[in-house]
Amino acid sequence: MMAQSDSGKPDEGARESKVDTGRRWVNLVLGTGIVATIASFIYPAVRYVIPPPVSESSNLSVVAAKVGELKNNAAKVFRFGSEPAILIRTADGNYRAFTAVCTHLGCTVQYRADLHEVWCPCHNGMYDLQGRNVSGPPPRPLAQYQVHIQGEDIVVVRNA
Amino acid sequence: MANLKRRTLDWLNERMGSDGIEEFLRHKRVPIHRHTVWYYFGGMALFLFIIQVLTGILLLMYYRPTASGAFESVQFIMTQVQFGWLIRSIHSWSANLMILIVFIHMFSVFFMKAYRKPRELTWVSGMLLFFIVLAFGFSGYLLPWNTLAFFATKVGTDMAGFTPFAGKWIVEFLRGGDQVTGATLTRFFGFHVAVLPGIATLLLAFHLLLVQKLGMSVPPGVEKEIEDGHLPERSMPFFPNFLLRDIMGWYGALGVLGALAAIFPWELGVKANPFGSAPAGIRPEWYFLFMYQTLKYLPSKVSFIDGELLGLMLFGFAGAVWVIVPFLDYKAGFGRITRFFSGLGMFVLGYIIVLSCLAIF
Repeated sequence: MMAQSDSGKPDEGARESKVDTGRRWVNLVLGTGIVATIASFIYPAVRYVIPPPVSESSNLSVVAAKVGELKNNAAKVFRFGSEPAILIRTADGNYRAFTAVCTHLGCTVQYRADLHEVWCPCHNGMYDLQGRNVSGPPPRPLAQYQVHIQGEDIVVVRNA
Repeated sequence: MANLKRRTLDWLNERMGSDGIEEFLRHKRVPIHRHTVWYYFGGMALFLFIIQVLTGILLLMYYRPTASGAFESVQFIMTQVQFGWLIRSIHSWSANLMILIVFIHMFSVFFMKAYRKPRELTWVSGMLLFFIVLAFGFSGYLLPWNTLAFFATKVGTDMAGFTPFAGKWIVEFLRGGDQVTGATLTRFFGFHVAVLPGIATLLLAFHLLLVQKLGMSVPPGVEKEIEDGHLPERSMPFFPNFLLRDIMGWYGALGVLGALAAIFPWELGVKANPFGSAPAGIRPEWYFLFMYQTLKYLPSKVSFIDGELLGLMLFGFAGAVWVIVPFLDYKAGFGRITRFFSGLGMFVLGYIIVLSCLAIF
């Protein structure tokens, strides 16, 4: 657009071929100034739109349930930091905890008591009780967390 | 390059008749005389309004309009978000500058009698925009949910309760209940980001269309001098000559805004506690000070009528007169010099300045 400004004056069409270096210099300075100004608004705006990281400590421990809350062969989804996690009590009474975020597309998984497996309803993904992806589209196993029983509380812990 | 530009313009013209738009823009000329400087203030107000829209949209991305989250979300913007302090400070500074510029624009139009026939509707739409701008200021002030904002809103909405007959209803409508609570905050947020921008956009489009269509008004004094041949009639095209000068002014304003925001970031204050007592020395924003000070001077009873009610009725009446001034000062439309209205304007301007100063010092 800046290169066009010479033709802005219709009565000086004859002079157009002979470019005035003075005017060219002014156009360069103005153009650079305008570009710099626009960049100086866009840069803060772009940085502003990127959200700051939510500080979440890498060590996390959450009371997922109370002792006796879960029957054998049952499970519960609970809030673990900013994500859901699942606490499973197996048929023989052991506790297991995994992230409840399916490794395929991020749906929240659930426990299938009839199959003794973890199931993602979105695309029929299956994980076994070790969190391994056994069938369907999930590409990776579910991350496993440690389960501790402290008095009445069942505490789920993730270490860094 | 030139060929590409020509072809693009032709392509657009075939589809939307842009030659007509260009013609419409070119037809306006801006008169050149000793008062030309006042023609820049409307465009300046428009520029600051655009800044408000852009920074407002950015603030929306992190702001949460609830009593439990509003203060924290503004704090988050000010301390955690990259350049958040800058965006919020520019929004606050630009709001105050815009109100100042709008006051200047209004008074300069008044004294130049630019509201004369055929520009009565331009004035009326401008006055409505002026009230909308004040409403933007009042509703936006609450949103950070700090102590000052909380009590300013309590007092401000309380005053609306003095409206005869409908007072109680208006207060409930504004507050979303009988007290200032989180419901009020959410409501004010709705006014500030949806209702007012909608109305403002329509009014602004109407106002600008009229300005463009009717062209700039020449003050009666200058008009007479030109008629008598004491002054040559000079003007420049609005597009692009005047607009380029406008843009230079906007560029300067942008520099001032950036400097103010960087050197004096807008304070956040202390989170509102609806059950705490009001802090000492509390008073409204500067553009409401003259009303606040007037109400302070009025005795609690003037014969049988409440002092507050009398004051608010007087301001309501004065505001209404101000809106319809083009119809009262119709003689100016015939080029007659109407000194009474100039005097009235001087009185109002003087009153606002003196009372505001008394409130500050």
